[in-house]
This record gives sequence, structure tokens and C-alpha cells, in this order.
Amino acid sequence: MADVNRGDRPLSPHLSIYRPQMTSISSILTRITGNALIVAVVLIVWWLLAASVGPEYFATADAVLTSWFGDLVLTMSLWAIWYHYLAGLRHLYFDAGKGLELPTAERLGWVCVIGSVVLTVITIAIV
Amino acid sequence: MVQLALPKNSRIRTGKTWPKPDGATNVRKFQIYRWNPDDGQNPRVDTYFVDMDRCGPMILDALIKIKNEIDPTLTFRRSCREGICGSCAMNIDGINTLACIYGMDEIKGDVKIYPLPHMPVVKDLIPDLTHFYAQHASIMPWLETKSNTPAKEWQQSIEDREKLDGLYECVMCACCSTSCPSYWWNGDKYLGPAALLHAYRWLIDSRDEATGERLDDLEDPFKLYRCHTIMNCTKTCPKGLNPAKAIAEIKKMMLDRTV
Repeated sequence: MADVNRGDRPLSPHLSIYRPQMTSISSILTRITGNALIVAVVLIVWWLLAASVGPEYFATADAVLTSWFGDLVLTMSLWAIWYHYLAGLRHLYFDAGKGLELPTAERLGWVCVIGSVVLTVITIAIV
Repeated sequence: MVQLALPKNSRIRTGKTWPKPDGATNVRKFQIYRWNPDDGQNPRVDTYFVDMDRCGPMILDALIKIKNEIDPTLTFRRSCREGICGSCAMNIDGINTLACIYGMDEIKGDVKIYPLPHMPVVKDLIPDLTHFYAQHASIMPWLETKSNTPAKEWQQSIEDREKLDGLYECVMCACCSTSCPSYWWNGDKYLGPAALLHAYRWLIDSRDEATGERLDDLEDPFKLYRCHTIMNCTKTCPKGLNPAKAIAEIKKMMLDRTV
């Protein structure tokens, strides 16, 4: 906006002063979960690669994945997959021009948040 | 481009605390963004105390009281004081709204007031809306026709006229566009919710004969498709309109004409 900012006009504050909204948080979480899943992907690929290298190396990788750190990353990733999946469905619904009335959109946001936690707990209980 | 931190010249300092009014018992604290183009300093947040027993109920009442009785240099736009001119749009208590129709009773605690977010500031609470208006002009906000002009007027059925409800009421206050993170990061190329709501208002007008050209113009990775359905626009609109829905309808029109 170089042609607009005449002289040395400051930029008004934005992210630091805007109150987080249900819809904006559930939207940015979609990106955050999608990107964060790369950590789990790298860990799992490393685990599979280790299995093909040999038993000793696999033992090391397996120890990392089954440690408290591995458990934490994989549990969070499980939640991230469920959240990303539900939020993706919500986006498909939005793209069809549906669910865009504010109360519905906010309810769908809560469905993604609560639903992903419930599905994570169920997945852990089953597996 | 996403730039989370404010530029160096825009970082906010702690400002002046103005004296409390004498003899007032029901005092409310206001923290207001100030920037003076003439003193060469960074923006600051000043603290004012307003006697609520001698003040109208709206945020604008308090701003006018501060300007009249405490600090005449406080600068803001206002005109109609009834939510129809769109002049007093600002960020109040963390959301964008019109100061004239936002009640002080809707806010808990201190009242924080900033200019509309991510805009160049002219002075205090006044943002530069030049680019915002230029984007509105770019969507051709008028009736485009190719047929011969009728003798009396361009007629429309009651049903077709109803399609414009929820669109024509927009007062161009810029609350929605400046609440949108996509507009913050890509406002130079993304048209933003206000201009797109207006674009849709003309796209679905049964009398308009430039629908194809209008859609051609919006077929662009930035102009339309930077909307990621964050919905801050709809949430913040002081007129209760739904720009997110209008944008989704444009995206559907784009799809309809290609498949």
C-alpha cells in the first residue's frame, strides 16, 4: 500500500489488539494442525526407515517413539488429524455456501474442537 | 504478506494519563490510541477518566465528552450518530464497530479504543481509507447495462428486489475489511469483504447486464480467493450483514459458470 501511506504514517495495531473470535481461532487451528502434522510424519517415516536398516537402529527409534516424548507428539498428532479432518469438512460445507449464518458457523467451530477431542479419546481407547 | 509485528514507527508507547474529573463518583477509564503527525513521535495510548453520571450511553458520547471537556486535540470522525453514515468506525474493546451505536454497557472494565486495524493512520482514530475506497470503485458499484435505456426506469420484480436485502444496507464503514486477517496480510491485492459484498450486490441484481465481465474481473488468485472463511467480517459488521456469505455466493457463481 505504498501509494496510500503518505509520509511516515504509522500502521494501526491489528493482531495484538483484535479480540480472538470463535471463527477465527477455529480457522487458524486448521492451518496450525495441518502444518504441525509434519512432525509426526517425519517421526513415523524415520521409524519405518530404522526398521529397514536393522534391529539395533530400530530399537533406538522405537525407544524414542514409545517414550513419553513420542507418546506426547503422537497423541497431539492424533488430535491434530481429527481436528484437521473435521475442520476440512466444515470448509467443504462453507464452500457449498451453507452454514455461514453466524450462530451455525460458531456451533460448527465448537463441533470441530469438542468433536476432535472426543474422537481422539475414542481412538486411544480402541487402539 | 504476513507481518505479525508492527513496523518501527508504529510501535505504541505509554501515553499521558489525564486528570480525573473533580467530584465525580462514577468514573470510567478510557484508553485511547493517539498519534500526532506533527510531533514526529511514535503512537501512544492515553488514559482518560470520564464521569459516567454526566455522559450519554454510547462510546461516541464519551469521545465527544473527552474532546469537549478534557482534551480538544483528540481527533476522530463522526457525523450522523445513528449508524447510517459509517464515519465513526473504530476498534472498540477488541472488535470493529461504530462508536455511535455501541453502548458502553456492552463492555466490561476499561474501554480500549484504537483506529481500524492494519491501516495507515492519518491522526489519532482516523485511518486513511483511500485504498479501501479505490477497491470499492474497482468493482464498478453501479448498474451496467447493454440494452437500450427504457423510457421510464429499469424495472425489477419484487422477488428479484428481495435478493438485494442484506447487501444494499452496507454503509461502507470498513469495519469488516479491517477485521479480516487476510485483508491485513494481503490488502493490497485482496479486495476484502466490503468490496466483495458490493460486488455480489451487483452480480445478483437482475437488471445488471455485466455479470460475465464482473466475474472475469474477480477471477484472480488474490481479489476474491484470499477469503478463507475466517468470518471476522460477519462477526463484526455493525449492521448485521454477512459478507462471508456473499463471498461464498460469488465463489459458487464462479464454479457454476465453469462446470
